[in-house]
Amino acid sequence: MSRHWRIEQDGNGIIWLHFNQADSSANVLTVEALDELDQQLGEIEQASPAGVVFCSDKPSGFIAGADVKAFSRITEMQEAQQQILQAHAIFDRIERLKCPTVAMIHGFCLGGGTELALACRYRVSRDDPGTRIGLPEVRLGIFPGFGGTVRSTRLIGHLPALNIMLSGRALSGSAARRLGLVDMSVPERQLKAAARHLLSTRPKPHRPTWLQQLPGNGLLRPLVGHFLKKQVAKQADPAHYPAPYALIRHWTKHANHPKAMYRSEAAEVAKLISSDTAQNLIRIFLLQDQLKAQGRKSDFKAAHVHVIGGGIMGGDIAAWCALKGMRVTLQDRAPELLSQAMGRAHGLFKKKLKKPLLVRDALDRLIPDCEATGVPKADVVIEAIFENTEAKQQLYAQLEPRLKKGALLCTNTSSIPLEVLNSTLKNPARLVGLHFFNPVAKMQLVEIVSATNTDPNAAQQAAAFAKQIGRLPLPVKSSPGFLVNRILMPYLLEAIVLLDSGTSATAIDKAATDFGMPMGPVELADTVGLDICLAVADKLAESLPVNVPEMLRSMVSEGKLGRKSGQGFYLYNKGKAQKAAVTESANVLPGLADRMIMCMLNEAVACLREGIVSDADLLDAGIVFGTGFAPFRGGPIHYVKSEGKEKMQPRIQTLASDKDAGWADIFEH
Amino acid sequence: MVNAKTNLKGRAVYVVDGGRTPFLRAMGPPGPFHASDLAVQAGRQLLARQPIEASALDEVILGCVSSGPNEANIARLVALRLGCGEQVPAWTVQRNCASAMQSIDCAATNIATGRSDLVLAGGTEAMSHHPVLLNEQMVTWLAGWNRARTTMERVRQLGKLRPPYFQPVIALLRGLTDPVVGLSMGQTAEEIAWKFNISRKEMDRYAAQSHHRLAAAQESGHLSEIEPLYAPDGTLHSTDEGLRADSSVEKLGQLKPFFDRTVGKVTAGNSSQITDGAALLLLASSAAVRKHKLPVLGRIIDCQWAGLNPSTMGLGPVHAMAPLLQRHGLSVADIDYWEMNEAFAAQILACLKAWTDADYCRDQLHQEQPFAPIPMDRLNVDGGAISIGHPVGTSGTRIVLHLLKVLERKDARRGIASLCIGGGQGGAILVERQEER
Repeated sequence: MSRHWRIEQDGNGIIWLHFNQADSSANVLTVEALDELDQQLGEIEQASPAGVVFCSDKPSGFIAGADVKAFSRITEMQEAQQQILQAHAIFDRIERLKCPTVAMIHGFCLGGGTELALACRYRVSRDDPGTRIGLPEVRLGIFPGFGGTVRSTRLIGHLPALNIMLSGRALSGSAARRLGLVDMSVPERQLKAAARHLLSTRPKPHRPTWLQQLPGNGLLRPLVGHFLKKQVAKQADPAHYPAPYALIRHWTKHANHPKAMYRSEAAEVAKLISSDTAQNLIRIFLLQDQLKAQGRKSDFKAAHVHVIGGGIMGGDIAAWCALKGMRVTLQDRAPELLSQAMGRAHGLFKKKLKKPLLVRDALDRLIPDCEATGVPKADVVIEAIFENTEAKQQLYAQLEPRLKKGALLCTNTSSIPLEVLNSTLKNPARLVGLHFFNPVAKMQLVEIVSATNTDPNAAQQAAAFAKQIGRLPLPVKSSPGFLVNRILMPYLLEAIVLLDSGTSATAIDKAATDFGMPMGPVELADTVGLDICLAVADKLAESLPVNVPEMLRSMVSEGKLGRKSGQGFYLYNKGKAQKAAVTESANVLPGLADRMIMCMLNEAVACLREGIVSDADLLDAGIVFGTGFAPFRGGPIHYVKSEGKEKMQPRIQTLASDKDAGWADIFEH
Repeated sequence: MVNAKTNLKGRAVYVVDGGRTPFLRAMGPPGPFHASDLAVQAGRQLLARQPIEASALDEVILGCVSSGPNEANIARLVALRLGCGEQVPAWTVQRNCASAMQSIDCAATNIATGRSDLVLAGGTEAMSHHPVLLNEQMVTWLAGWNRARTTMERVRQLGKLRPPYFQPVIALLRGLTDPVVGLSMGQTAEEIAWKFNISRKEMDRYAAQSHHRLAAAQESGHLSEIEPLYAPDGTLHSTDEGLRADSSVEKLGQLKPFFDRTVGKVTAGNSSQITDGAALLLLASSAAVRKHKLPVLGRIIDCQWAGLNPSTMGLGPVHAMAPLLQRHGLSVADIDYWEMNEAFAAQILACLKAWTDADYCRDQLHQEQPFAPIPMDRLNVDGGAISIGHPVGTSGTRIVLHLLKVLERKDARRGIASLCIGGGQGGAILVERQEER
């Protein structure tokens, strides 16, 4: 008897093998599920059916992948390799079935799920937007290990397959069809018919063209590999992200030799998976789930969102909500202030939705509203006007009596304490901070800010709302800068201090990107806008020991505001920073990085101690998703821990000054 | 509330609110909005400020003379895009220039008879998107091409292709030409200008006045019914684009006659402008007004349609207004404000003359006495189609809505909106400002 699989044979002798993982909303290829699959295959071999269809009973999709949670417990290379070889054997058994086989795909089909589908003779997929097929392993610091590198290159050709594996991007059903990754992509009503059709007509399985097979030629491979490496280097530093380079090496060495390639896959993936990089990336992936879980504490659902403030933040928040299916009214004083936001929204919709009818529907949902008519109908009201306490309080006074019963009142303030803002409300408990980051469409994190008198229920509803619009909610305590800005600012200011002392901007930025930051602090400050940096820094300085460098102040007063004004610490040409070559010697860079990063770590430890977030994991997740902090290092607190007490404790002021409780208090319970 | 004198028998019909887009000039390339886009942008603002959800509507009725190829039954498309939901039925009506008055009549009738309680009615027209068609010779040739099977047949068919086949049919121009008498709408205006002896100067003076009145109305903020249009590229359209505030008899005098070339009098300057735009009204029964606590802008009292010779279609308004006044026992003095769609300056002036002409009233309108003159300061007080524009399927709703706004502003009671209809018809609606009773 199987817990996760169910065999069903129809009148035509076709076996439908249903995957329905017990106690889970998605199908995952756990060790147990794989073992059971092996037994099912034994039964199928005995039954000698007319065909086998692999299908999922989960509404969410086919198979979400291998068991990532189990990956994080793998520490021994041998153990990993053992598991991979076992999966190889099972998938090989599918491939060797005498009857034709079909994977019937809907919804998520990722990683190991795609590799299982590749072991079938045919694949059919549903052609709706919810169907995503891909091999995203490289995002976890590994590459496909269940035979995916062998079968994908063989099925659709080397370059298309490598492209999918190196980018980790997921394909729609129709895109997969165009590549030959699936044989048919059809609407839901025809999905079963398509599977039966393939089993009864048994067409020749898809094969790549001669031209697509050419790059796999043994003489060409080193050249192709070299070219691919150069492409990947534009995206990922080999020192920090070894997986794509390992994949290219693996392919260059073994492509077109299945036996050797399977063997190498098992060895290479096992090596990667037990590395720190992969373990940290897997950690971040799982932390993402932890953030999502913050949004599951309430079943609050919004249908109508009202946003006040048609500036960059307000306009982009409104557009994002409309993109995610909500009806949105966007309020500002005059139509002239809203038309730009509408134009930007159209750009976003075109980029994300592509299909003209979907773009039109999203535009229809986003309603400019100069008369605040949306307020009494809204489930969520988000205030995103300029940072001025009186203006905000006046606005709330107008809003509060008009709000629908049970509506959520939120502010996107980045610097004013919630206790101050809510003090004039009749019901101060209802105001929640919903702090988005710029650019809204890119930054996944949203800080859910609670004051001491905020209704915990309202905060949970706000987190649920953030999750509903596909963002990651991070509950934080209301205190200056909340979490992300507070930790980011000392790092940016330290960079400016370094600049002031004569270090070149390019050297500072290179030091940071070498450490693994996605963008150097100088360029980041320019991108955020120096005026905004100054405002946030000044605000922080009111309550924290922050020194605002004179240099920053004078830049702002000279009108050098960064990228938006064409000049900040860098000069900008068509929005691109003009960077001079680094003149400093390479061995001073790590020292620079260390100095800046240490400011960040110091502040992170202070935040943890003050309980700005509830635990170290959430803090790490917030900083990685809110600032891009080198994901392969697993987050700031994790980084401090993994560097070790010896090295770190004396250097982090907040720990060094507190010798008794210090380290153990925060890290070892 | 049953009114024995009305043709609109049954329950009272209230206008709750209304809105329209600015009218955008439509000569040249297709504009930034399709007809359905225009109606959606006007409608979503109108619905957003109501205390009801769009799904509370019983039906949506829109006038449209020519929707785009992807907009069959445009009213249903608009209803769904407005978020009315799948269960709200919607239909489209067409009575040429009065399509958007027809939709109000249909909505009012359904409310009066009790079939509906809440109806979104209006009209939309994107004249810049009116189709350009292949001519019949080309269509015939294409049919032959599709039948050709062999290469030889194809070559032979290619040899039959002639340059005139590429001459397109501009649907907009064909639509503005009477299919029975073969006159363009401008020529029917020339016809009645000739019959009532209206000079070029009178026409130009009237046209200039239309622009000056619209300019004054814009200045004083008397066009509150306009909802700005937001184009996808971020451009804002917030005012009627046809306005030429500096218009004058001298400037208009320089234009050449457009329809009867060389010696005619009707020019592009003293005709209504080809434009894109939409206008919508929310109509309700008294039960709906009470149930949802809706505001009331006014009441639709009655509606009248009339037919006349297609070559003098411009006189349609007098044929529709006369029985309306008669039925309700009203005189010209009882009507506080008038909106008469300015298809052509010549046509408005001819209507005013026919209205007071003893012979015309006796022979054509069966009136013993001619009507008293309609005072110019009570007619089209904020300009009309000559300055604002005339999106054909939209104007009927625009004039009813604006008339109600004028009555509100002037704290007046009764008004008539009327228009002439290509093909030889006239339509008129009698409204009253009245609280729900």
